[in-house]
Amino acid sequence: MSAILADMPKTDASKTGAPATTKAIAPSKGGRPWTFYVLATLFVFYVIALYGPMFCIYVLSFQDIRGGLVFPMKGHSLHWFVDLFTQVRTGDVKGSFDRSIKLAVIVTVITVVVSFLAGLGFRKRFRGDTVVFYMMIGSLVAPGLVLGLGTGLLFQALGLNASWYTSALGAQLSWTLPFGVLVMFAVMSRFNHVWEEAAYDLGASRWQSIRLVMIPVLAPGLVAVALFGFTLSYDEFARSLQTAGSLNTLPLEIWSMTLNVTSPSLYALGTVTTIVSFIVIGASLGSIVLIQKKRGSSAKG
Amino acid sequence: MQPSPNPSRANLAGWLYVSPLVLVLVPFFVAPILVVVAASFFATDGFGGLTPGFTLASYVEVLHSALTLKLYLATIKFTVLTWIFTLVIGFCVAYFLVFHVRNQLLAIGLFLLCTVPFWTSNIIRMISWIPLLGKEGLINQALLALGVIRQPLEVLLFSDLAVVIAYVHQLTIFMIVPIFNSMARIDKKLIEAAIDAGASRFDIMRLIVVPMSKSGIALGTIFVVSIVMGDFFVVKVMSGGGSASVVSAFYEDVGVLQYPTAAASAVLLTLVLVAIVSLILRTVDIRQEITR
Repeated sequence: MSAILADMPKTDASKTGAPATTKAIAPSKGGRPWTFYVLATLFVFYVIALYGPMFCIYVLSFQDIRGGLVFPMKGHSLHWFVDLFTQVRTGDVKGSFDRSIKLAVIVTVITVVVSFLAGLGFRKRFRGDTVVFYMMIGSLVAPGLVLGLGTGLLFQALGLNASWYTSALGAQLSWTLPFGVLVMFAVMSRFNHVWEEAAYDLGASRWQSIRLVMIPVLAPGLVAVALFGFTLSYDEFARSLQTAGSLNTLPLEIWSMTLNVTSPSLYALGTVTTIVSFIVIGASLGSIVLIQKKRGSSAKG
Repeated sequence: MQPSPNPSRANLAGWLYVSPLVLVLVPFFVAPILVVVAASFFATDGFGGLTPGFTLASYVEVLHSALTLKLYLATIKFTVLTWIFTLVIGFCVAYFLVFHVRNQLLAIGLFLLCTVPFWTSNIIRMISWIPLLGKEGLINQALLALGVIRQPLEVLLFSDLAVVIAYVHQLTIFMIVPIFNSMARIDKKLIEAAIDAGASRFDIMRLIVVPMSKSGIALGTIFVVSIVMGDFFVVKVMSGGGSASVVSAFYEDVGVLQYPTAAASAVLLTLVLVAIVSLILRTVDIRQEITR
């Protein structure tokens, strides 16, 4: 998973000069082997299956008041979106939406800072680093619901109130930080240490070399970490279930809706939350591309 | 590298850098696990009250229940089926992107196309199958219109089939990314050399591509297995309550405040999970894999 975004730094590597040897395996001169067509078909089907269902619910969320959970479409309107934010029946969507965004922003900031520092720390071996590493892997693969319950019980035992900005925040960090650090691993492995050494040779302090050399060079990777932090928190569900306290986050609200609500307002909520996700993804990927482009042009000029 | 005059200073610097991470993981990963382990040995009054103590009653109850075996069998069935489908699809997609798409920019674009849904809500992606698989869903409508079936198929939604479909839909990405990453590191010259030496395409697959993608497959397997075994909401929603897994039973237990039994079952599950993951880790050095 570390590599989900590792390909981003790679993107520019390929642009700036990696050899363009992308020959198909087959000893074909120009023509494609039959496996190409089989795999291409499979790929197309995979992408359709990946996006198709999602688009179905986006389309269905725009039905009018007669609308149901399945096709065919019954009319066109924004009825279910209005319904979503006005009806009490569907719960406190607006409040949970608010909380989820706030929580995701807090989680993002902490994830970026902590992952960056841990990424710096893991560059060199130190006594006990393996323990920390496997603690992180453990936190990643542990069943979220179990961890959430443990956190909930812990807060109960300590006499603390569980709430979205304390226990749920911590529970979400136990999920976003391992991802963030793994992405940092991938990013750091492409960092050329010569630059840092050059900074030291020119008399930079450790803090100066981090602020003036590492952070600017690693900026695209840090954006990637932020993307993981935000989206994983914004959609986090299993770990928040027992830790969010009395006020729901958005995924918890959706969860309770899947169990009770059988109207397209569920789909409308799906559309709204996915739009937010897409905006965040687009902004992150866009800014990564922008940074790379700027860098490319300034390098040339 | 930063100057490090002596090892103890390097150790101190390392720990300083990772200390924020440790400060989060200790209270929110280590402590909760210990709490769950402790709770599994406690007695309960049946109303959510826990009496500190040491009793193995919860374990005896969990291990003696016929339900436990059934839950584990169901969980393993879902895990194995999901693993096979995600592995085959993930391997093919990664192979296609790395070895068949000749334009590197296009390959990265297609790769991103596969990864974008990872950053959207799992729950929404799961419920998005309802308009397709439902009794009046698109697939049934299409099959009825084509005359393939006379009655709408009921096994499509709220069945084990639907559970596996939802898992594969959500988790194939976890196979594609690490396998793509290992395949992308295979030197194309190696393959050209093999071709020149007369290797068949099957030989190349068997002797070069598969062995060199092993670490990616192992990483993907860890993700898929741990997520499926730790999941409860896909099972609960997509099976319509008809199926259960270990963690969905845990969820029901917690719902009725049976904390010690739930905790005991969670501890057993975690042990099984640790055993599987460490078995996989014996075949691949995950840390070296990630950091290189």
